[in-house]
Amino acid sequence: MMWTALDTWIVVAAVLAGATCAMIGSFLVLKKVSMMGDAISHAVLPGIAVAFIITGSRSGPAMLIGAAVVGVLTAVLVHVIHHYSRLEEGASMGVVFTVLFAIGLILIERAAHHVDIHPEHVLFGAVELVPLHLISVFGFGVPRGVILLAFVLLINLSVVTLLFKELRLATFDPELATTLGINATMIHYLLMVLVAMTTVAAFEVVGSILVIAMLIVPGATAWLLTRRLLPFLIVSVAVSVVAAVLGHIAAITVPPLFGYVDTSTAGSMATVLGILFFGALLFAPEQGVVARAIDALRLRLSIGSQDALGLLARAAENTESQTGSLSAAELRGVHRSPFAGHRLKLAAILAFLRVKGSVVFRGGRYHTTERGSEQGREILRSHRLWEQFFFDDGKVRISELHPAADVLEHYTNNDLREDLSERFAGKRTDPQGRPIPGED
Amino acid sequence: MITDRLLRVLILADYNTRVVMFGTVMLGVAGGVVGVFLLLRRRALLADAVSHAALPGVAAAFMLIMAFGGNPRSLPLLLLGALVSGLLGMGCVLFISRFTRLSQDAALGIVLSVFFGFGIVLLGIIQRMRGAPAAGLNSFIYGRTASMIRSDALLIGTAALVVLVLTVVLFKEFRLFTFDPGFAAGDGWPVQRLDALLMTLVVSVTVIGLQAVGIILVIAILVLPPATARFWTDRLSVLVLLSALIGATGAYVGTALSASIPRMPAGAAIVVSHGALFVLSMLFGTVRGIVHELFARRRLARTTLKQNLLRALYECEEAGDVHSAETQWTYLMHTRGWSIRELKHAVRLLRLDQAVYRSPEGQWLFTESGRVQAARVTRNHRLWEVYLLEHADTATAHVDQGADFIEHVLGDALVAELEKAVPRFGKVVPNSVHVIGTRGKRA
Repeated sequence: MMWTALDTWIVVAAVLAGATCAMIGSFLVLKKVSMMGDAISHAVLPGIAVAFIITGSRSGPAMLIGAAVVGVLTAVLVHVIHHYSRLEEGASMGVVFTVLFAIGLILIERAAHHVDIHPEHVLFGAVELVPLHLISVFGFGVPRGVILLAFVLLINLSVVTLLFKELRLATFDPELATTLGINATMIHYLLMVLVAMTTVAAFEVVGSILVIAMLIVPGATAWLLTRRLLPFLIVSVAVSVVAAVLGHIAAITVPPLFGYVDTSTAGSMATVLGILFFGALLFAPEQGVVARAIDALRLRLSIGSQDALGLLARAAENTESQTGSLSAAELRGVHRSPFAGHRLKLAAILAFLRVKGSVVFRGGRYHTTERGSEQGREILRSHRLWEQFFFDDGKVRISELHPAADVLEHYTNNDLREDLSERFAGKRTDPQGRPIPGED
Repeated sequence: MITDRLLRVLILADYNTRVVMFGTVMLGVAGGVVGVFLLLRRRALLADAVSHAALPGVAAAFMLIMAFGGNPRSLPLLLLGALVSGLLGMGCVLFISRFTRLSQDAALGIVLSVFFGFGIVLLGIIQRMRGAPAAGLNSFIYGRTASMIRSDALLIGTAALVVLVLTVVLFKEFRLFTFDPGFAAGDGWPVQRLDALLMTLVVSVTVIGLQAVGIILVIAILVLPPATARFWTDRLSVLVLLSALIGATGAYVGTALSASIPRMPAGAAIVVSHGALFVLSMLFGTVRGIVHELFARRRLARTTLKQNLLRALYECEEAGDVHSAETQWTYLMHTRGWSIRELKHAVRLLRLDQAVYRSPEGQWLFTESGRVQAARVTRNHRLWEVYLLEHADTATAHVDQGADFIEHVLGDALVAELEKAVPRFGKVVPNSVHVIGTRGKRA
C-alpha cells in the first residue's frame, strides 16, 4: 500500500463531507425526521440533472441553488400529500422521493451523452476522482469538490453558531419556540435547505445513499453517548471525522488481507460508521446494551441475596439462635420461597454470598456470618415495617400483606426504614405478632 | 418509429416482451396487494430499509457462488442472499428501535445506509476481481428488465402468486389486525405471528422486485399503488383490488415505455408511470381528490351564503320591517355584517334559483318557492337553537352562533331527529329565542 497526495485529498474531502453532514444531520436525528434526509438526498437528483442540462457544467453555485429549491420542494410536497391524502408522513416521503428520483434517473440516462455524470457515481460517489479536478487557490491546486464542501461547511457552521438558541428551541420544543416569537416552521425549512445543499456538496464524494449514513449515523451514535446539545454536536462531528479517516484506510488495507485489490472508500466509510454505532450501542456508559445488562444482573443478584439472607434470618428467629442455618434444599423448600424451582439461581446467589462473606458453608448447610445475620435482620425489619404500614394505613388484609412487602423490602434504604419506624413508634411486632428486629 | 415499437410492445407481439411483461405485471399486482397492508400498518419506509439491506446479501451470494465455482448469475441464489440480509436488516431496525431511545425513523436510516454501504464495499471488491461478470449485479441497483429470462419471470410470477394466495386466504385476519391490533390480540388472534407473516410477505415482494425495479425504487411498487387507490375508496376489499389493478397498470405502461424508448431504465419508467397515476388520482380522486374537495368546499360556501340571506329576508318579513329599495341593502349590510360584494353575490345566486325577484319598486322579495325555502331554513336554525338551549345547556346569547354553523349541514334525517327532540313545534316555524338582528356581526 502506498499513501500518496491523492489519498490525502481523498481523506480531506471525506472529512469535510463527514463533518458538514454530521453537523446538520444531528438536528434531523434530534427532530426525529431522519428519513427526511433520506428523502431529500434522493430527491435532489432531478435538481442536479436539470442544473447540469441547463448550465452544461458542474458549476457549484448553480447546483447549490438547484438543491435548495428541491429541498424546499420535497418538504412542501411531503407535507401537501400528507395533508390531502392523510397518508402517514413516511409513506408520503416514499411517494415523493421515489418519483423524483426516478425522474432524475431518466433525465440522466437520456442526457448521458452530453453530461458527464454517471448513474453509478450518483449512488456510490466517486471520491477517487475528487483529486482530478483541481482549481488554483493562491497558487496551490485544490480539488473543486473540496472547495465546495469547505464552503458549505462554512455556511452550516455559521448558521448553527448564529442561530444556536433558535435551533435548539425549535428542535426540542417547537410550540415553546413559537410562543417566544421564533418561527419554528421557517427554521424547519431552513434546515431542509441546508440538508439539501449539504447533500449536493457531499454527493460527489460519498454518493447519495452514503450521504444518509453521514447525516444520520453520527447523530444517532452521539445520541447514545450524551444528552446535552453542544457535546452532542461535538461527538457527532468527531464520529464522522474518525469514520472518514478510518474508512479510507480500511478501504485500501483490509481487502488485500483477503487477497483482493481494494474497494470503495465511500462504502467503507459507511461501514466504519456502522461499526462505531454498533460499538456505542453495545458499550455506551449508560444506555449501552452491556451496561444495562450489567445493571440488570446486579439488581437481580442484590435482590436474590437479600431474599436468601431474609430466609436465613427467619430460620434464626425460629430456632432462637444468633445465626441462621439452612441447607440448599430447605432454602428452596420453605413456605413462599422465591427460590422454589430455581436450583441454579440459588446456587449462583449462595456462591456470591460466600464470596462476599455473608454466609459460610459447613456440614452441608449454609450458616450466616455475623455480617450476614445483621443484613438479614435489616431485610426482615424492612419487610415487617412495610407489612405494618400496609396493615395500618392501607387496610390490606393480613393474608395479602406478604407479596407487596416482599417487593418493597428490596427498595428500602436506611432513611426510608427509619421513617417507617417512626410512624409506628412503640410497636415491636408486625400485624401477625412477630417481632420487628431492631425495635426491641 | 417509436410509436411503431410501442404498439408492438403493447400488443405483446414479441416473445421476450411477453416474458418481461408477465414478470413485471405480476410484481405490480403482488406489490399493490401487500402494499395496502404495509401502508395501513404505517410501515412504508421499512420496505425501503429492507431493499437497501438486501445489497450486501446479493453481493455476498455472488462471491460465495464464485468461490464454489457456480453460475454467479443464478437469480434464485442471489435472491436467497437478498432475502437473508433483508430479513437481517429488518431485525436490526426492530432491535435498534426497541433497545435504544432512538426513534424508528433513525433506526431505518442507519440500517438502510450502513447495510448499503457495506454492500458497496463488497461490490467494489467484486468489480476489481478478475473474470467476475460484475455487470449483472449493477442491474440490481437501478433495475433492468432486459436481462430477465423466462425462468426469472416464472420465479417472480410464482412468488407473486404465492403472496396473492396467502393474502386472499388470510384476508380477514390481516384486516382485523391492521385496523385494530389491540382488539385482535384481545380476541385471541395470533397477532405476532400474523405480523411476522405480513412482514415476510413484504420482504419477499421487495426481494423479487429487486431485479426489475432496483433496490432504490422497489419501495415505490409497494407504496405508490395503495397510496393512489386511497383517493378512490375507503373500503378495504375495494382498496386491495384497486391497488392490485393500479400496480399492474403502472408496471405494464412502464415496461412498455422502457422497452420501446432507448435509454429508458425500466425501474424508473415503472415508478414514473405509478407517479403519474398517483398525481391524477390525487387531483381527481372521488374520496380525497383535491378537485373534489375544492368543489365540495365551494358548494358548501354557496349554500351557506344563500341560506343566510334567505333567513335574513325571512326574519325581516316576519318582523314586519318594510324597507324601500334604498334602505333594504343598508339594513342587511348593517345588521348582518355583510360586504356589498357578498350581498350582491348572494342575491345573484338566489335569483338564479328563482327564490327572489325584484319588485317594480326595486326591493328584493320572495317568490313562492323562495318563501317555502326560507321558512325551512329559518325553522332548522331555530329548532337547533331550541335544542341547544334545552338539551345542551347553552346560554341564550350563544345559541345563534352555534346554530349558524350547523344549520347548513342539517340533513333531512337530522331534522327529523330534532323534531323528535323538540316535538312541541309541529311543522310551524318557531319564534326566535333571541332578539333578531342585534348581533351586528356576520350572520
